[in-house]
Amino acid sequence: MHNLKLASVVVGLSIASSGFAATQIEWWHAMGGANGEKVNEIAKAFNDSQDAYEVKPVYKGNYTETMTSAIAAFRAKQQPAIVQVFEVGTASMMAAKGAIYPVYKLMRESGQSFDESAYLSAVTGYYTNSDGQMLSMPFNSSTTVLYYNKDLFKKAGISQAPKTWQEVESAAKKLQASGVTCGFTTAWQSWVQLENLSARHNVPFATLDNGFGGLKTELKFNGPLQVAHVTKMGEWQKNGVFSYSGRTNDGAAKFYSQECGMFTESSAGYAGIKRNAKFDFGVAELPYWEGKVKQPSNTIIGGASLWVLQGHSKEEYKGVASFLSYLSRASVQADWHQFSGYLPITKAAYDLTKGQGFYAANPGTETGVMQMTTGTPTANTKGLRLGNFVQIRGIIDEALESVWSGDVDAQTALNTAVERGNVQLRKFEKAND
Amino acid sequence: MTVTFPQKSLPWLLLLPQLLITAIFFLWPAEQALEQAFYQEDAFGLSREFVGLENFLDLFTDPLYYQSILTTLVFSFSVAIVGMSLALLLAVMADRVIRGKLAYQTLLIWPYAVAPALAGVLWWILFDPSMGPIALWLKSAGVDWNHYLDGNQAMILVVIASTWKQISYNFLFFLAGLQAVPRSLIEAAAIDGASPFKRFWTIVFPLLSPTTFFLLVVNLVYAFFETFGVIDATTKGGPGQSTTTLVYKVFDDGFVGLDLGGSAAQSVVLMAIVGLMTVIQFRFIERKVQYS
Repeated sequence: MHNLKLASVVVGLSIASSGFAATQIEWWHAMGGANGEKVNEIAKAFNDSQDAYEVKPVYKGNYTETMTSAIAAFRAKQQPAIVQVFEVGTASMMAAKGAIYPVYKLMRESGQSFDESAYLSAVTGYYTNSDGQMLSMPFNSSTTVLYYNKDLFKKAGISQAPKTWQEVESAAKKLQASGVTCGFTTAWQSWVQLENLSARHNVPFATLDNGFGGLKTELKFNGPLQVAHVTKMGEWQKNGVFSYSGRTNDGAAKFYSQECGMFTESSAGYAGIKRNAKFDFGVAELPYWEGKVKQPSNTIIGGASLWVLQGHSKEEYKGVASFLSYLSRASVQADWHQFSGYLPITKAAYDLTKGQGFYAANPGTETGVMQMTTGTPTANTKGLRLGNFVQIRGIIDEALESVWSGDVDAQTALNTAVERGNVQLRKFEKAND
Repeated sequence: MTVTFPQKSLPWLLLLPQLLITAIFFLWPAEQALEQAFYQEDAFGLSREFVGLENFLDLFTDPLYYQSILTTLVFSFSVAIVGMSLALLLAVMADRVIRGKLAYQTLLIWPYAVAPALAGVLWWILFDPSMGPIALWLKSAGVDWNHYLDGNQAMILVVIASTWKQISYNFLFFLAGLQAVPRSLIEAAAIDGASPFKRFWTIVFPLLSPTTFFLLVVNLVYAFFETFGVIDATTKGGPGQSTTTLVYKVFDDGFVGLDLGGSAAQSVVLMAIVGLMTVIQFRFIERKVQYS
């Protein structure tokens, strides 16, 4: 009897809720933990702000899992309207012309006002086509910075954060002299130590404007700058200036435990470091080699953007467009930026955050933004658009590991990686021609 | 005695569920993989091109693929041998325990309930070079443990993580096998003055050979096919390619890299290897097995 009552209530409720059928928009994302809760909060705020559309965020696991599920869903014609795809998946998404609905087109066709110049070009540049039109909406973008342990620096008698790799080396040696085991460790070695190294020195990572110019691109990261840097890192691995700690960001543990005094990581790692570091830490821009470049260029972004998929109704796309506009609002952006540590995507959000005194209260949070916005992005710093980039990163990881372990020299390792990576590029070219 | 059914259709009807499961979960995917292996297509399935044997040629002209085969053999035999010897040892011990028998047995079976990825994470934490208790202990003992750099150490780690789980399974079968060994045989040997060690090797172990053989097949198949979760959670195939086994490569190229054709070709090769292995095992090793 009790169950029957309950059932009738449930049925009643579902009838009631279908009464004001708001158009449902599914959004698959890869934000776990605190960021995931924030995503739900953002969606809820949007849903509460109007009653025509209801955005339903669904957590689909890590970046790879989210992208793979969206693709599998597309093949089964069950795809969500919006999916969050990491930056290395960009070329695959772009090439799938029949599967995606470019954001600039969506905005135009749904009659949303959309001013592309309001966005930070260093962020959106990664996601635009050759005409500068935005294909996806940047959501969580970050860049690479250097975190350093201020307490250990003080103990070792180092007064300033290192600006160049030369200074990193000397700081590391001073740290070691004061009893610290390792100078620095790095997260995401391919992204930080090769992709961003190249951008910082305005050197190409691949031909045809790092792949923005077409599918015929070839890898070029075995040039003199990259070889010199990797050679040096190999030496540093031996004398403890550098200590390798895996392909992802597991190295954070070495920084937290004060085993390493410096850590090159994503600017979005800030929140985690703030929570876990039981010492005073600072954030500096990604170092560059003095003598190799006069004025270091902006670094390139990592993170993910939101792609709109084909196969939904006009009504749904209207909702998607209005949600994307909502996401770009200065207040929403500033809140997300301050909460997560990801970069703001519009100038307005940056100015708002600054005006609120956030950067002054949280020293180091502005470093990434400043570094991204120095100068105008060049063909070498706009980003990377490489097919099968996930595999290419894997190949690079393997090559770098063989240098760190002392098995091969940097030139040989990078040559092999370029060769193997090019095979992946040709494969992608063939599949997407 | 043969059982006969009154109608011809009834036995088929009774077999139907099993046949359906085999068809849906084995034959159909296998056929799909076989077909996919001859095509190259983009991830979204928007364009598809027949490429003949190109996916296979790519594989067999890649020296790293051979490396991966070798890695898989080393990994699988290590997992099978280590897992089975430890399980046998534990089973012999547990068989002798009289008080609290059930408690020991239950505890030893427990790890089997842990999901492979979880087991991977567990060992990954224990062996983390900068904070893992085991790694720190090894360091204090003079072993410089860093599986991020040292391929052999990475291999040891994935073998331990994959074996740990399997020990419970092996233990269960060995224990059952031991309990089926007739007491009278052992007692007779004891009266003849055979030492416990001798009794084990000349009586118990040969009688266990059907179990051992069965476990060898199961363990190798497990190591070949079901360990990518553990590898993904611990080493991700690295450093270099030192822990990239064939099945991890299938997963990585297919699900992470979205290279469906290449990945399908690899799974076809893997199917062939396991088929071949099973045939070899049944033809040559089983002859040495004594079924009582």
